[in-house]
Amino acid sequence: MKQWPQFLQASVFAMLMAAAGLMGSQAHAQEKSIVVASTTSTQDSGLFGYLLPIVREKTGIVVRVLAQGTGQALDTARRCDADVVFVHAKSAEEKFLAEGFGVKRYPVMYNDFVLIGPKDDPAGIKGKDILTALQTIKAKGAPFISRGDRSGTNIAELALWKEAGIDLAKDKGPWYKEIGQGMGAALNMASASNAYVLSDRGTWLAFANRGDLAVLVEGDKRLFNQYGVMLVNPAKCPSVKREPGQQFIDWLISPAGQGVIAGYKINGQQLFYPNANDPNA
Amino acid sequence: MQDFTDALHTAAALIVHFDAELRGIVVLSLGVSLTASICAFVIGSPLGMALAIYRLRGRGAFIVVANALLGLPPVVVGLVVYLLLSRSGPLGSLGILFTPTAMVIAQTALGLPIVIALVHRITVDIWATYGDPLLIDGASRLRAMIPIMAIGREGLITAFLAAFGRAIAEVGAIIVVGGNIRGYTRTMTTAIALETSKGELSFALALGIILIILSMTVSALSLIFGRALTSR
Repeated sequence: MKQWPQFLQASVFAMLMAAAGLMGSQAHAQEKSIVVASTTSTQDSGLFGYLLPIVREKTGIVVRVLAQGTGQALDTARRCDADVVFVHAKSAEEKFLAEGFGVKRYPVMYNDFVLIGPKDDPAGIKGKDILTALQTIKAKGAPFISRGDRSGTNIAELALWKEAGIDLAKDKGPWYKEIGQGMGAALNMASASNAYVLSDRGTWLAFANRGDLAVLVEGDKRLFNQYGVMLVNPAKCPSVKREPGQQFIDWLISPAGQGVIAGYKINGQQLFYPNANDPNA
Repeated sequence: MQDFTDALHTAAALIVHFDAELRGIVVLSLGVSLTASICAFVIGSPLGMALAIYRLRGRGAFIVVANALLGLPPVVVGLVVYLLLSRSGPLGSLGILFTPTAMVIAQTALGLPIVIALVHRITVDIWATYGDPLLIDGASRLRAMIPIMAIGREGLITAFLAAFGRAIAEVGAIIVVGGNIRGYTRTMTTAIALETSKGELSFALALGIILIILSMTVSALSLIFGRALTSR
């Protein structure tokens, strides 16, 4: 049949293009690489975009980041699909360790959470401490966006409601919107619906769709946000790349790594404060 | 409106500059989607034709299932592939979770029902006219597939393009099985999702414009190729 040569030619060409595309990406698999399950804040703030090329230059390790939120990241590690976890919910991290999935927890850096809301602050919470602010939001039924996704920020948010004496299961109403998504999505929603939302400062500083949103509550010591890193336990997960994983962790907590973290700034403002040498962190 | 005009300007600037990261994302998107739609086509076309040509017991059930799978939620496919490929899953030792290969598998699974259903439909119509004459001429049902393919070649191209369209537009499934890893499993669609979550709406729209241009190019090339076939 006369059409066959063209058809075959075109199919072969298409498959070569596709294979070339795939081979180009599969070539990476030959390098020293690790999978790090991390949060959306470390990605959306731009930290990893800044940090990882430097890591590759200094250690030769290609770090593949899954930006999933703390809860999901730890679950990914429990399924042995990650080599390292880099998250920010100490209680969840310690549970992970206690279950035997982590080798050791190293504090890396901290920043803080901020309560974001519409500039004109209809609930009148600006400048209050965080617990009073949350109580006021609930009392006035002001719209509040919750991540609802077991992320570090979500875990912190739920702990703050509890500390404010509010039982969400009983007291939540249509004003409390759980969206089950990342920080960026929550901020987008808050921007579009003039609602209040708890965010980590890093993501907020890098966020580009602020609309009428502004920081209304900050500086409360309850808003402290600590990040920790752990190697997934090779005893539980034989596929874990122990050496490059530990090498990445060692670099993060080294003076060089800590210096790079401190050097990450947006518009001159530092986003993360290294504290690997703080034993209580 | 400002977002849309900004997006157009950003898209133009991105295309002109075409930096390495954008190039990587475009090549990966095309590579994964073309591979997946070609696989779906190669596997699905014979199945679709066989469903129309052979009189099998339970054929009706097969056809119902194939058409029902058109409504298969992509994120469910993503989840199933993820659980299969996870280290703690049955195919974990392959180590292909969070790689482009996993994305191809998920997209092939999504494109397969489309190809089977469309090719089946085309073949039924062609077979109604040409089936008996071909069999009378002495062709076996298997060999009859070849002239059927030739007669229905434009429909086959449409089936391929439908599978490709499904693949290039996919987000949910490939974020789950690919992980949206920068420089490795980040495609146009997952980059758009990411930029949206960073509030970079104009940039996300600009990427979307580029994606649509890519899709149109593939579609145009396929249809030109199809016309070249027909004119012979």
